[in-house]
Amino acid sequence: MSRQANRGTESKKMSSELFTLTYGALVTQLCKDYENDEDVNKQLDKMGYNIGVRLIEDFLARSNVGKCHDFRETADVIAKVAFKMYLGITPSITNWSPAGDEFSLILENNPLVDFVELPDNHSSLIYSNLLCGVLRGALEMVQMAVEAKFVQDTLKGDGVTEIRMRFIRRIEDNLPVGEE
Amino acid sequence: MTVHNLYLFDRNGVCLHYSEWHRKKQAGIPKEEEFKLMYGMLFSIRSFVSKMSPLDIRYKLHYYETPTGIKVVMNTDLGVGPIRDVLHHIYSALYVELVVKNPLCPLGQTVQSELFRSRLDSYIRSLPFFSARAG
Repeated sequence: MSRQANRGTESKKMSSELFTLTYGALVTQLCKDYENDEDVNKQLDKMGYNIGVRLIEDFLARSNVGKCHDFRETADVIAKVAFKMYLGITPSITNWSPAGDEFSLILENNPLVDFVELPDNHSSLIYSNLLCGVLRGALEMVQMAVEAKFVQDTLKGDGVTEIRMRFIRRIEDNLPVGEE
Repeated sequence: MTVHNLYLFDRNGVCLHYSEWHRKKQAGIPKEEEFKLMYGMLFSIRSFVSKMSPLDIRYKLHYYETPTGIKVVMNTDLGVGPIRDVLHHIYSALYVELVVKNPLCPLGQTVQSELFRSRLDSYIRSLPFFSARAG
């Protein structure tokens, strides 16, 4: 197996259209493979999870961020470092719960959905659900069980796209890495 | 910079002395148990090292851990200084690049990748403090 020389810590530039089209092809194929939107949503979450458990290592290797001490620090790192590094956007963090265990990520624009319109027969499809799986998988590898879900989506007519992040619990035991 | 604590053990694993100066967290287990665990760890390391180099039991253990729990442990002789950047390179440029980013390499088990093994070997051999001849 040959491999190009290490590219160090820089990002390779890639066409964003190719990325958007690739993601769209993936979702379209899943819609063909599965009968209903709910199953597609689940598959996207699962695929996202499998990406997330690996992506976190790349993130740590490139960003030199240390362990986060609380959920607020985690939120900052997700929005300002991780989203910037991988999607080139910086969501804002809002709507903290009084207990500090829930917050929202507001995405003004979402690179996954450029040029996308949801057809009427897929009204319960969560098109970008892969992102929720990625967040869940990545955070699980740093000992945090979280729930990530879309509560607003520009594809469904909302003004912004909003992902609600909820801290469930700290994962104490080092479970063997499970790919679902 | 500070000193957290100090243990003094004899050859039978009896803790002769323990002192604490700046210790942020208690272990949550009785002191006796902690001494046993500490001695157990030292005994295991000692036994590894004597299998590697029976004549000289002095060595340095370099440790690097990521927030995801990946631990790089490198044992060298005493002449080697701090090598955090070396351990970080092993993690980021070798493990992450060649194993994590390869979808055909399953995580959570021994790395089968020959590429990883040979790149790691070349890297170690290229280090300024690596000498092909020991001692």
